[in-house]
Amino acid sequence: MFGSFIKKSRAKSPWIMHFDCGSCNGCDIEVLACLTPLYDVERFGIVHVGNPKHADVLLVTGTVNHRNKKVLKNLYDQMPEPKAVIAIGSCGNSGGIFREAYNVVGGVDKVIPVDVYVPGCPAKPEAIIDGVVAGLAKFAQKVEEAK
Amino acid sequence: MQTLILVIIGLVGAPLLGGLIAGLDRRVTAWLQSRQGPPIMQPFYDVAKLFGKEKMVVNQWQILCAWVYLVAAAVAVALFFAQGDLLLIFFVQAIGGVFLVMGALSAKSPYSQVGAQRELLQMLAYEPVLILVFVGFYMVTGSFSIQAVWAQEIPLLAKMPLLYLALCYALTIKLMKSPFDFATSHHGHQELVKGVLTEYSGPYLGLIEVAHWYETILVLGLCALFWHTNVAWMALLIVVTYLLEILVDNTMARMTWRWMLKRVWLIGMGLGVVNLIWLYAR
Repeated sequence: MFGSFIKKSRAKSPWIMHFDCGSCNGCDIEVLACLTPLYDVERFGIVHVGNPKHADVLLVTGTVNHRNKKVLKNLYDQMPEPKAVIAIGSCGNSGGIFREAYNVVGGVDKVIPVDVYVPGCPAKPEAIIDGVVAGLAKFAQKVEEAK
Repeated sequence: MQTLILVIIGLVGAPLLGGLIAGLDRRVTAWLQSRQGPPIMQPFYDVAKLFGKEKMVVNQWQILCAWVYLVAAAVAVALFFAQGDLLLIFFVQAIGGVFLVMGALSAKSPYSQVGAQRELLQMLAYEPVLILVFVGFYMVTGSFSIQAVWAQEIPLLAKMPLLYLALCYALTIKLMKSPFDFATSHHGHQELVKGVLTEYSGPYLGLIEVAHWYETILVLGLCALFWHTNVAWMALLIVVTYLLEILVDNTMARMTWRWMLKRVWLIGMGLGVVNLIWLYAR
């Protein structure tokens, strides 16, 4: 019974951490907009934490470059399982218009596995919330399969 | 036998009630910020999720410290429900606090270290206030036992109103609320990340959360003792006190530790000492 309550709780309490891999700040302020009273993601139990050790979902914005890919990998490794990664915006998904620049590695999935891609330049807050919900469904499924 | 039943009620009921209070707290906070807020059951979902996460620790000390913190908080609540000795309760909950600091100090992370130092300063602020409140209990009832409180004819609030205000200071610090939330806060996104709790994760963070619920109930229980003659007034006193705490939390910014030491020592302990002198002179 307790096991099923834990499983149910996973989707009800996603704590998100937001990492900016050199985004233009467009997607970042959309992420922060989700926390304002207008969208109020705390309704769904979503809490914005500043600590990878407490986070369940990693939101990454911006293009990954050679300098910050180590930081991104490090943050991902510090998150305890089960976890999900959501790439936000064109840059996070593929590198966007910067993908051919000499210092750019590409999208987030070049460094860490990504579960959900949220498109947009910048991504809309509604799309971000939608992405988190889709990510939760995905990691619930992953946990099921692992057992 | 009756004591045993009371202890079991305390051990099982306190975390449930503490979690509900934490949930209500988040709802009221959201209402004050014109948001909707999470469901009242949210703290239970959070803790259940934490228990289901990977066990990731920096070192073995953290596991011990998290457990000792929980056990100390639970034992303090059990002693409270067993009508035990206030001094013993004080020492047991202080041990819990010390182990929380030790757990944070055992990790090398600067956030955790700074959080631990600040938590020590917070303890330095609220522990003397708590002791003064217990001395007040002694001067009124002639005993440190909670049992002696029930023998009183009139509510303690009439005899030690200033000590109640001082206890409210300690309550704000104990609940990690603004302006005294600088060792860790519920919105761990500021310069400290999460202070003493930075290096805890998964099930061990869950243990600490449950211990925090126990401590909330313990301090609110102490507040309730001030109006022991009538259950309705007791409940009203706790509700009003807690609502005031939420209001203060939402209207205040975080202050520095120097500000806290000055306020709590001068005003908090000052109120306590004045009340004690009044009790003595009467």
